[in-house]
Amino acid sequence: MSAPQDLPRWADIGLIPLLNVFAALLVSGIVVAIIGENPFDAMMVMLKGAFIYKGSLGYTLYYATNFIFTGLAVAVAFHALLFNIGGEGQAYLGGLGAGIVCLLFDSMLPALIMVPLAILASAGFGAIWGAIPGYLQAKRGSHIVITTIMFNFLAASIMVWLLAGSLKAPGQMSPETRSFTRSAELPFIHDIANSIGLEMARSPLNLSFVIALLACVGVWVLIWRSRLGYAIRTTGHSAGAAEYAGIPVSRVIIITMAISGGLAGMMAINEILGVQHRTILGFTSGYGFTGIAVALMGRNHPIGIVLASLLFGALYQGGAELDFEFSTINREMVLLIQGLIILFSGGLAYMFNRPLARLLGLWLNPGKNIPTTGAENG
Amino acid sequence: MDDLWLQFLLTIDATFRLATPLVLCAMAGIFSEKSGIIDISLEGKMLMSAFAAAAVAALTSSAMAGLWAAIGISVALGLLHGLASITLRGNQVISGLAINIMASGLTVTIGIAMFQKGGQTPSLARYERFRPIELPFADQLGQIPFLGPIYREVISGHNILVWVALIAVLFTAFILARTRFGLRLRAVGEKPEALDSAGISVVKTRFLALIIAGVLCGIAGAYLSTAHGSGFVREMTAGKGYIALAAMIFGKWQPRGALYACLLFGFLEALASRLQGIEIPFIGAAPVDLILALPYLLTVILLAGFVGRAVPPRAIGQPYIKER
Repeated sequence: MSAPQDLPRWADIGLIPLLNVFAALLVSGIVVAIIGENPFDAMMVMLKGAFIYKGSLGYTLYYATNFIFTGLAVAVAFHALLFNIGGEGQAYLGGLGAGIVCLLFDSMLPALIMVPLAILASAGFGAIWGAIPGYLQAKRGSHIVITTIMFNFLAASIMVWLLAGSLKAPGQMSPETRSFTRSAELPFIHDIANSIGLEMARSPLNLSFVIALLACVGVWVLIWRSRLGYAIRTTGHSAGAAEYAGIPVSRVIIITMAISGGLAGMMAINEILGVQHRTILGFTSGYGFTGIAVALMGRNHPIGIVLASLLFGALYQGGAELDFEFSTINREMVLLIQGLIILFSGGLAYMFNRPLARLLGLWLNPGKNIPTTGAENG
Repeated sequence: MDDLWLQFLLTIDATFRLATPLVLCAMAGIFSEKSGIIDISLEGKMLMSAFAAAAVAALTSSAMAGLWAAIGISVALGLLHGLASITLRGNQVISGLAINIMASGLTVTIGIAMFQKGGQTPSLARYERFRPIELPFADQLGQIPFLGPIYREVISGHNILVWVALIAVLFTAFILARTRFGLRLRAVGEKPEALDSAGISVVKTRFLALIIAGVLCGIAGAYLSTAHGSGFVREMTAGKGYIALAAMIFGKWQPRGALYACLLFGFLEALASRLQGIEIPFIGAAPVDLILALPYLLTVILLAGFVGRAVPPRAIGQPYIKER
């Protein structure tokens, strides 16, 4: 997704994502205006809802936790030039893995063993659900995009089948497991804060947020400081060159997809171990797809992904506030903004690059004629 | 025995009705992908046009006006996809995905603003929808034992858009195989530089393919909300665009194959809804979830080359950069 133009690096990383968000907000603002509401009022409601109200920051960070995991998942795969749109299904199966080990062991294991085990299970199940499309791409040549789409639907079918069937708590109607015991719960941040004497409003923010930040560090080390990361990036730049250099490309593809799926699967620890304390139907709610927007905006770098996740966390939390304040606009507005951000930063990625490169060129080297690049006359 | 026969025929009848949007979208997918443009935005285009059709039909009391609105919005989205993936050479998958997500958000947002019904459109009256067409003598011929019910239940009683879908298959097959434009379309998806050196515009050919695909998706959307259903419900496409994509791949990017795949997937859906809650001897409760998951599973198996081989157009997904 890098820019073909000679845009300075700081502009590509810093300016372009801001322009994309601005463009997306502008178009959404026009939609709001057409509907007959004041876009600036809506904006203020969202900002207050995301940061100002009591406990709202906790909610924003709780949403951001989901997006960090799914964003990292997409980014890791992107580095190998693999487009994993299966984050939704991988996260869903992650919830299955966590659910199964919790149902089996939560009454006998202490939290110190139970929680890590559940985290491993969610990552493991997600990894398997990512590795299979990886294998099919590497060894059988099926297109990863199509396979991961199909795997999203297959995951949904499996979850409906299990949660309405053998995993359903006996004696209840809704398709969900029984609640886990306390030993399978990740503590809420406000509980931790209160226990050390800090006053903090209640919110679903839990320890998963810290795990998500650790995952960011882990991904940074993996991609830029490890042998495997080098292999992943080389495969992404040129599979042919990687093969020639002795990198086992097929294996790298499968491992990359497993890591990607594992990260997506870990989204379940926030929802299942952190908040719901049981596996429920549809807990992924499209967060896997949001991960694509997050990775695109964050330029596939952990720091960018954290920032983009905060933005989307604020959009989701602020968007929920729209429901209360307006009768005509509601949280689906956020889906529109999300779609527009994906469109501007992915599909229309090159729209801003060229004009911006020219503009910056004029500004940085006044008087110089800016040479046109090869792609321009294409 | 007669009852079982009738049950079977009713399932076949439902198959046609459920396969119609799949067929239209699969043909749209063939036009787009044969020209080298990955089109996962079938879902979003269909959703937006389903909404547009129902909204305009509710406002104007005319199903026909709804259909035109549906086609218009779907073509517009196709052009947006073209702008992103042809003109600006962006990533086609991302562009398609963006359209799908925007459609999810936009339909509900506009729906609430227009009708205040939580994202639904008002329920459409009979005269605002495409109604079933009873073929002549359906009742009389239906009395003929065994064969009569085929005419009465399966062939008669479909609305016009079901027939349009059937014609769309013939149209697609004819265009692709028998016309100059079809030849160019196939060439542009396999080897765009060949077409370019023959002096034919790659960009124009691809845009034309996307426009045709938009028209077909628009009809599919209108079918969902103003023919099959009676109004728009949020997320009413429910993954049908992706099933159509699967059917297109399952049919190896060929109109006839895709038609069969759509009929198969439609039949599975019809079967699943008929078997809902029914106990089958020796098996127990009918595995409805499994039946509904079969289209995805079959497509994965086929794509993996375990049964047959599905080879996509060679230049698919690659933006064309003209050499100087």
